[in-house]
Amino acid sequence: MTETLIRNHLSHFEVAIAGCGGLGSNAAVALARSGIGKLLLVDFDRVELSNLNRQYFFYDQIGQYKAHALADNIRKIDRSIELKTIIVKLDETSVTQLFARVDLVIEAFDLAAEKQMLLETMLLNFPEKPLIMGNGMAGFGKFELIKQQQWDKQVYICGDFTNEISEDNPPLAPRVGIVANMQANLALELILKMRK
Amino acid sequence: MQIILNNRPAHFEGEKITVNELIKRKNFTFKLLVTKINGKLVRVDERDNAWIMEGDKVEVMHLISGG
Repeated sequence: MTETLIRNHLSHFEVAIAGCGGLGSNAAVALARSGIGKLLLVDFDRVELSNLNRQYFFYDQIGQYKAHALADNIRKIDRSIELKTIIVKLDETSVTQLFARVDLVIEAFDLAAEKQMLLETMLLNFPEKPLIMGNGMAGFGKFELIKQQQWDKQVYICGDFTNEISEDNPPLAPRVGIVANMQANLALELILKMRK
Repeated sequence: MQIILNNRPAHFEGEKITVNELIKRKNFTFKLLVTKINGKLVRVDERDNAWIMEGDKVEVMHLISGG
């Protein structure tokens, strides 16, 4: 498949990014560079100095809403992508409303409880819509532990399933970037099989 | 009884067992678990009444903070 064909296909599809932190910002940029048509960027938080060790933001964006800052950065890469930003802390109601029309959802939350909420809400409301989750990517090295697993008909998990963030096991750019790009890579694979 | 737990055979005493009992007996200590019986999601508040029988396929995944 040529790049022109890939970009032309992707241009008809919309991906939701649930959380624009380490996973979400990097996955969104990878999808943007690949030629995705629309991105729905959802996050309630603002850019902090401590985010710059792994998230796709810059020093002069500290204090801005992550969804807005990420949209600005994506526009610098490709002006043809349709971007929607929503500043909200996602819950069952907003997930059901906001993700009804997107073609695929990338889960990029920080907290396990939020990951569970999104997974259960998607399974109950949109069992046919692909959901790509990140699960376990703190620390460094241990590349061989990172894997991609299909957990349900439309639920896929990328990560090492083991390494939780903590004081002694911080999230760092390489491993977070690897998992974010695995999510984007799988999103491309799934979307390129979809018809519209 | 014999079941399939996370794609591997597992043996439990008795004819049936609830999801919460399985979590306790297998010592799954992570706080945030997602569970399925035969492909169907069992939510947290359903785990005391969701029974696992002989031959069932059970999946338990723990969710990990970080992202």
